[in-house]
Amino acid sequence: MELYRENRRNPNAIAYAVMLIVGLTFPAVTQFVTGGNGDYLVSLAADAGVYVLLAIGLNVVVGFAGLLDLGYAAFFAIGSYTYGMLASQQLISSPIHQALHVPFWIALVIGTFVAAGMGALLGAPTLRLRGDYLAIVTLGFGEIVPRFFQNMKDWTSGVNGISALDVPTLPFWITGPWVNMQLGLEQNFRFATFNATAWYVLIVILIVASVLGVNNLYGSRLGRAWMAVREDETAAAAMGVNTVNTKLLAFAIGASFSGFAGAFYGAKLSLVSPDSFGFIVSITILSMVVLGGMGNIPGAMIGALLLYSVLYKFLPDAPNQASALATSLGLDWLNTASPDGWPGIAEFINRLKFIIFGLILVGIMLLRPQGLLPSRLRSQELKRGVHDEPVTTGGTA
Amino acid sequence: MSDAPEPILSLQGVIKRFGGLTAVDEVSFDVPKGQVFALIGPNGAGKTTLFNCITGMHVPTAGKVVFEGRDIAGSKPYVTAKLGIARTFQNIRLFEYLSALDNVKVGQHARMKAKLWDAILRTPFARREEREVTEKAREYLRFVGIERHADNYARNLAYGQQRRLEIARALATEPHLLLLDEPAAGFTPQEKVELMALVDKIIARGITVFLIEHDMKVVMEVSQSIVVLDHGEKIAEGPPAEVRNNPRVIEAYLGKSA
Repeated sequence: MELYRENRRNPNAIAYAVMLIVGLTFPAVTQFVTGGNGDYLVSLAADAGVYVLLAIGLNVVVGFAGLLDLGYAAFFAIGSYTYGMLASQQLISSPIHQALHVPFWIALVIGTFVAAGMGALLGAPTLRLRGDYLAIVTLGFGEIVPRFFQNMKDWTSGVNGISALDVPTLPFWITGPWVNMQLGLEQNFRFATFNATAWYVLIVILIVASVLGVNNLYGSRLGRAWMAVREDETAAAAMGVNTVNTKLLAFAIGASFSGFAGAFYGAKLSLVSPDSFGFIVSITILSMVVLGGMGNIPGAMIGALLLYSVLYKFLPDAPNQASALATSLGLDWLNTASPDGWPGIAEFINRLKFIIFGLILVGIMLLRPQGLLPSRLRSQELKRGVHDEPVTTGGTA
Repeated sequence: MSDAPEPILSLQGVIKRFGGLTAVDEVSFDVPKGQVFALIGPNGAGKTTLFNCITGMHVPTAGKVVFEGRDIAGSKPYVTAKLGIARTFQNIRLFEYLSALDNVKVGQHARMKAKLWDAILRTPFARREEREVTEKAREYLRFVGIERHADNYARNLAYGQQRRLEIARALATEPHLLLLDEPAAGFTPQEKVELMALVDKIIARGITVFLIEHDMKVVMEVSQSIVVLDHGEKIAEGPPAEVRNNPRVIEAYLGKSA
């Protein structure tokens, strides 16, 4: 008998290829299309990249290991604050009276390990919990951690946050026409805030490295153990899987991504403030993972890119777009506020922003409940019933 | 083989209480190495609870569980698996959304040595080990006769194939003692015959088989010794022919049909 094989082309491979090509050409194309004024968009794309990293990390915890984490932003905060404290003047006012200026590249590694350690630490008390109960406890962590940083005033400046963070430096950097300069090497390069392309390149490198690592994990002994724990913890234990270590590693490795995403985010913004890590951030990342396709790495990435562009590009632009559309259609009267309560189309759309966002979420989940690019697994779960794949009866082989 | 060889597993006064309920009450017996040993008894007699005490899913309230000379009572399930005790479940517990092959590969987990960095970087060692484990997993699937379903999700296999897959997964842990919890439940007579042949093949590999089974025909045919539990107590022990004629067993278990 032949194996029943799917001959469809692998959608993941296509997704990776498209993302890689778009990712590599995005700055050049954007600058070309906008006539050299694309810095804003490139910078926005670099910020979106932070969320791609976060989605990749949360996907390890929620998608692979099946541990519902509603407080993932806590680790993002830990990564950002670690970098903030290690690479600014901040610690002068702290009890140690000594500013630290750890180079970005080393701080990136430290942030990763600190976040991973905190992931394991926060994971430990939740090991006996499952499902909804676990979710509630992680929700608590998500609330505690930013509050904790906010209250450690000596170390973090409290509500003001840490500002003027060091930027990464490199011995040299390639410049060229894409940043309106001659092709050449720039010595002692600093990642200045206005140099959107440099930040973009950096985040793309971080994402590519992360995808390679996570993809390797997915097909490894540890990745299988995560999925076994997700499917049936008791059976996994009976097969020799140390479920405690396995779950702790899921928390730790998931958190490590937000560790270096946080360091990047802090360095790029040059500011770390406690209100960047609220519950809404955790929920947004979770939505990205679910919407994109839980358990599937490119799915989570696409979910992150899509939701980020809706939240930070499409919705903020929508009022002006609507107003421009009204003008071009000759419906100018729509743009003027009238005394009977009509606020003008731009303001009207502005007020509807989050209704539109909600509708987009509901719409996607109704049309593709398994996510935009699901793992083979989820699509089976939601599309097909039990036992309806053609299976030949077990012969006497 | 009338004289029992040295025991691979020895239960000594095992008690398991859940609150006021005594599920297993001072049970002692030896499972001889290299045999098929059966545990029978009416529903609720405490058979599965006893299995759980052996594999570490329950901690016995009292008593010793001696496996290959060491007391493992209270050890964690992954530890007993590592030591060489594998099991299947009464209600099939496969990893439904993993392929049959991956289910078996999970069974190899404790026998693999790849570390975290090997996994992340996919070192040559990790790749080689992964290849070897895949090959072994295919062998186990072949051994139980479901190799062509290697790439199907466990949940999409037919019932009988799922039971076989559970056995393949348990064998992949490379056990010395295999506990089968009602392996023939829901089987057709033909499937039962195939199962008995499979048990013979497992014994031939030098693995001791300890099974819970309700089907008397299977039990009598396949096992060399039987222990009977009723209300958590051991009421009989011995070779099949003896147990079959034991009045207490007939009363407790075979009651009507006798």
